[in-house]
Amino acid sequence: MSTSPALALPFDETRRRSGFLSTLLSSDLPRSRVLSVILLAILLLLAATPFLFSGSQPVGTAAKICVFIVLVASYDLLLGYSGIVSFAHTMFFGIGGYGIAIALERMGPSWGSAAIGLVAALALSAVLAIAIGLLSLRVRAIFFSMITLAVASAAAVLASQLSNITGGEDGLSFQLPPSLRPAFRLLSEPIFGTVINGRLIAYYLVFFVSLLVFLALLRIVNSPFGRVLQAIRENEFRAEALGYRVVAYRTAASVISALAATIAGALMALWLRYNGPDTTLSFSIMVDILLMVVIGGMGTMYGAVIGAALFVLAQSYLQVLMGAGSAALAGLPILPNIIHPDRWLLWLGALFIVSVYAFPGGIVGRLRQARQ
Amino acid sequence: MSDMAAESSAPTELPRAKTDWLPLFLVPALALLALPFVGSPSTWVTLTLAGLAMGMMIFLMASGLTLVFGLMDIINFGHGVFISLGAYATLIVLGPLAGWAQADSIGLNLALLGLCILCAMAVTGVVGAVFERVIVRPVYGSHLKQILVTMGGLIVTEQAIHAIWGASPIPIPLPQSLRGAFVFGDVVMERYRVVAVVIGLAVFLGMQLLLNRTRLGLLIRAGVENPEMVEALGYRIRRLFVSVFIAGSALAGLGGVMWAFYRQTLTAGMGMEVMVLVFIVIIIGGLGSVGGCFVGSILVALVANYVGFIEPKLALISNILVMALVLIWRPQGLFPVARR
Repeated sequence: MSTSPALALPFDETRRRSGFLSTLLSSDLPRSRVLSVILLAILLLLAATPFLFSGSQPVGTAAKICVFIVLVASYDLLLGYSGIVSFAHTMFFGIGGYGIAIALERMGPSWGSAAIGLVAALALSAVLAIAIGLLSLRVRAIFFSMITLAVASAAAVLASQLSNITGGEDGLSFQLPPSLRPAFRLLSEPIFGTVINGRLIAYYLVFFVSLLVFLALLRIVNSPFGRVLQAIRENEFRAEALGYRVVAYRTAASVISALAATIAGALMALWLRYNGPDTTLSFSIMVDILLMVVIGGMGTMYGAVIGAALFVLAQSYLQVLMGAGSAALAGLPILPNIIHPDRWLLWLGALFIVSVYAFPGGIVGRLRQARQ
Repeated sequence: MSDMAAESSAPTELPRAKTDWLPLFLVPALALLALPFVGSPSTWVTLTLAGLAMGMMIFLMASGLTLVFGLMDIINFGHGVFISLGAYATLIVLGPLAGWAQADSIGLNLALLGLCILCAMAVTGVVGAVFERVIVRPVYGSHLKQILVTMGGLIVTEQAIHAIWGASPIPIPLPQSLRGAFVFGDVVMERYRVVAVVIGLAVFLGMQLLLNRTRLGLLIRAGVENPEMVEALGYRIRRLFVSVFIAGSALAGLGGVMWAFYRQTLTAGMGMEVMVLVFIVIIIGGLGSVGGCFVGSILVALVANYVGFIEPKLALISNILVMALVLIWRPQGLFPVARR
């Protein structure tokens, strides 16, 4: 399984610098001025969204970006760093969502039940990830892709059929703990014209948990464990010959990735106050994740940030642009159909194919190359 | 030299490959095992026949994928879109010839089905050739990139289907004389399923004959074992690759037509929905094995039917269970293909 030079980032001991920022980012700095500026802009915008924009749509988009950054980064641990393609990532995302949703709906809206739901979801995800890994990673990595696809579709069917537990196709709506509800006021006075209510706290909960999980993932891929994963990706036999147990490492990677996806699912459910098959389990979300990882840049955690931000923004705003274009071309034979707002995936799909061929390092790889 | 001469003068009887019978007994064994659980024999016969027909349709859709994987070591996650494309291609024929479907003549109805199949195979064959050239060829040898890039091809082609034929589901009626069922006593067999069994068996036998009795088949099998050697002997392996890919896509188109008439609605996602079953089947059969794919299809369809009758809740995950059991027994599938 050969990867291009843009993907392979040889570990350079001289890069290990001291300093707060370097420690925080596990010595894996953006290494490109443009990239640093973009990442900083995304971080600041996400941190300040509730104060910068009014209305619920921008905050909703920002929360979605946060959740997807975690989801995509955890997927990148598998795809970019370990070189295995899983289609069951949405299953773990869904387990997280359903863990929170079922616990809060059944046991009442308290922090205790949310914690129980999250822990139960994490445990279930870990067990499933180990089972799938041991069953399929033993043989060939390609089995893993097909088996995860089958298992994920079975999970989606189960979730929509076991309606007395999961709410079926309708999903579950639930109440949040009181301190996260819009009616809750932390401070009586608004700050910068923004009311400090439970919704705002919920947003910052999503934001900070996402940030923490992202930094933890960054730490993991830059640890010796992460190096072994990359070694296995580059040359499985050589890694095995060096004495690393390939199956154990790959299974561990898929468990870590599954746990992070579960947390992302829990955050998604907490933010939406709802979980259903379409928000966390559907195959189209899996396709979205693939697009985000590859366009942002495989094998770089920062690619997840760029990919998720770009994709969620495109999802929300590109369609408007395409609608205008389509209207302008009305009357021509097939052209208006091709740039119809509903066809936005066509263009992202084409971009995806071009990415895999032309710049396998995605946007991040491109920016880093430009600097050299 | 004398060694070689001695060898060539030895009896020309070549050692024959031993046939692995064990997986073949799995199907009748499973059917007999299910009999006491189902209870009534007539229900059992109905379920078994329906399962066989279903298995044939799955086989039609899966055979192309496993063939392509066997020869080219290419895993095409976009295979599902060829199933959808084949299904939509029937509209090209059904549009002008709608009268044939209504006609109460079995000849005209079957001719219509045949035309649909031809048209679908032509369309998917051509698109397959383009797909191979544009999407797959640059990533020979890297499974990871193949999976990614064929997923990209899937997205784009699926969206293109939406752009050409619209995004809403399209109903397609089954030709008049293929509706309804044959009834013998308590045993019921839908007519369309009989057609599916006939076509499925014909394709399976045709593939077996082609692979085992012709020069082309010999080359393909040799290509599976060792492509460099085939190339060194002066055959254009690249041309062989392309034609197998086109054949695989056309088979997906054929499967798509059969599947479309069975479901009687067209959606662009229909291929991807059934891909899950297809993957399970080719994993069970052993990646690259046409015979294994055939046995696997029937196995999966029969289990789904029996379990669906005995314990409907369990039917949803019965496929996964079958796959897990088979993989525990034989981690490379029922008929492991020798890998280079």
